Amino acid sequence: MDECRDNRALVDNNEAQTLTSEDIDEMRRQGVKGDEIIEALISNSATYEKKTAFSQEKYRIKKQKKYAPRVLLRRPSARSICEAYFKKYPHRIGFLRVDALSLLLSLANVTANSDILLVDMVGGLLTGAVAERLGAGTGYVCNTYLGSSPYPVDMVRTFNFDNEICKRIVRAPLRDLCLDQTGTSEKPDACNAELNVGTSEKPDASNAELNGQTSSISMEEMSLPSNHEAADSETTVSPQSKMGKTPKAGEKASEEAIKSWKENGFSSLIIAAPDADAWSLAKDLLPLLSYSAPFAIYHQYLQPLATCMHNLQQGKMAIGLQISEPWLREYQVLPSRTHPLMQMSAFGGYILSGTKICSCS
Amino acid sequence: MVLQALVSVTLMPFEEEINFTIGYSPVMFKSGQESRALETYGLVNSCMVWLLRLSYCSSDGTKKLSFGGSIKDGDLVIVYEKRDVMKAVKLQLLNYGLWFLSHRTQILYIADISFLITYLEIVPGSLVLESGTGSGSLTTSLARAVAPTGHVYTFDFHQQRAASAREDFQSTGVDSLVTVGVRDIQGEGFPDEYSGLADSVFLDLPQPWLAIPSAGKMLKQDGTLCSFSPCIEQVQRTCESLKSNFRDIRTFEVLLRTFEAHEGKIDSCQGEEGLSVRSPPCKRRHRSSEGSTMQDSSIKVRPCADARGHTGYLTFSRLQCLS
Repeated sequence: MDECRDNRALVDNNEAQTLTSEDIDEMRRQGVKGDEIIEALISNSATYEKKTAFSQEKYRIKKQKKYAPRVLLRRPSARSICEAYFKKYPHRIGFLRVDALSLLLSLANVTANSDILLVDMVGGLLTGAVAERLGAGTGYVCNTYLGSSPYPVDMVRTFNFDNEICKRIVRAPLRDLCLDQTGTSEKPDACNAELNVGTSEKPDASNAELNGQTSSISMEEMSLPSNHEAADSETTVSPQSKMGKTPKAGEKASEEAIKSWKENGFSSLIIAAPDADAWSLAKDLLPLLSYSAPFAIYHQYLQPLATCMHNLQQGKMAIGLQISEPWLREYQVLPSRTHPLMQMSAFGGYILSGTKICSCS
Repeated sequence: MVLQALVSVTLMPFEEEINFTIGYSPVMFKSGQESRALETYGLVNSCMVWLLRLSYCSSDGTKKLSFGGSIKDGDLVIVYEKRDVMKAVKLQLLNYGLWFLSHRTQILYIADISFLITYLEIVPGSLVLESGTGSGSLTTSLARAVAPTGHVYTFDFHQQRAASAREDFQSTGVDSLVTVGVRDIQGEGFPDEYSGLADSVFLDLPQPWLAIPSAGKMLKQDGTLCSFSPCIEQVQRTCESLKSNFRDIRTFEVLLRTFEAHEGKIDSCQGEEGLSVRSPPCKRRHRSSEGSTMQDSSIKVRPCADARGHTGYLTFSRLQCLS
């Protein structure tokens, strides 16, 4: 049935609604339900009947979001945490969009039973996402850092991992990981500095906003949701006090593990250092990888990656080098109203990926 | 690496076996080492190739890459000629037969695969149902994502394709994680034995709306569903059928744009008087011998001219929770 109404007579002068905000507050105080408020708004609107069917639906949904919001509690996942941060505080995760994050995981071949070397300067989002795909079992996610204090990885706590997975997340300063035989040719600042290790430089959560999930419900109970229905996306925003002790992820790597990595190399490398120099990091870290191991480097800017790619090619350190920019577009799919969303993220970062090769003859 | 290699290999037109000999005696190759192909059929003669070890997904975690490891007879390796030219090879002692993953149906590409695995929240231990199997390129990635304790049940109504897929999974070492069934999911739905057990369902079917009710029965509450369709009309019909039982219905398009880098300066324009338009006279011609300028001034980067315009729309949703 074709629509015969249109908006030629509608004037946007804020006079269409006869209910005032005081009236609505009064209704709320009387305990009127959200749905009833919406019906009241509709019946008190001079222009509602004149709107097209689609416009009426849009109006209803808008009012519903405001007066009758619904909340569904969900277990956190890499995807939901990344989306939440990207919407609210994108600079904290270096503008790493969810498709860029997923690409990093694939390009670096993150899977169970692997040893993954990370440089995570995006607050811990990458560490959490990698650990989630690594799972419990064998293998490690090793966070490395230049100097003596690790980069903050508070976001790992938002993932609400159980003990088994937390045990897989470790850290080690770069100079501990450097191979002995090539120790002299490494960057002097990073590797050979005789700074104090500083035994417990554990990353503490100093910013409490996006911290911790509602973990008063245990993991098993989470599969049955609360009796509210969902109308909006899941949220990880509200901090709650934790019941019992949370196991700490990000402990120092054991001597045994470090030794094993020196012998075998890591199975892949991911660098998410949106502001750092890609080439100098790659130069120091690639030697720690096994041959044939894939790596992926995320950066906010294109030029440093281009330089890095060029240098890797010249130095025959890697093959299959590629700089990719992920592109993501969401669609609204409704009968007769299907189109891409009006808003779009135009920027999700750049990724340089490749495979390490043996450059000795 | 498996994913990337498989994706590249299936782009190759070669489907027949090609003999590939390297010397006349068994040779040990260092993983990731460059090697010279002395005599080749079908490949360029004396071309320089790299042999890359393919890491296996072993459920006991014993197979690991290592610095000292060599590639040996029976290993599955990637022969890398240049970017976009990579072949999966199974080294055989006697005749070094080449083996290819042949391209049987249109496959999903890395941008779609990586996004949907993350968006479906597939983690080790997940139980995933998939239809159709096709070439198995997505199935392999799903298997690696659910390893070592999860499982992928994949279905295709084409007998031959299912059989070929089973063989491929054995060769790449993921057969313990994947079960291939021959079944018409659009007509019959998924088997009842998996009801309420699936963490995720993935559909790549011509008429996915026919399979939505069955998918709804298979999924756990709040389980994730993804349907991949090239055409928007298919997406519209799928979304209509999702409305009754599913929430958080979102549709996306994912693409990759690639860049290439070249060395060299951007020339400044010179007028007749010899004065440059772009830069002041004193800086007209730099000597490029200064080491510091190598850092960024002589590398130019721009997008590659060829790009994929479209693969398909990905529609995600979650099974409604009972109140």
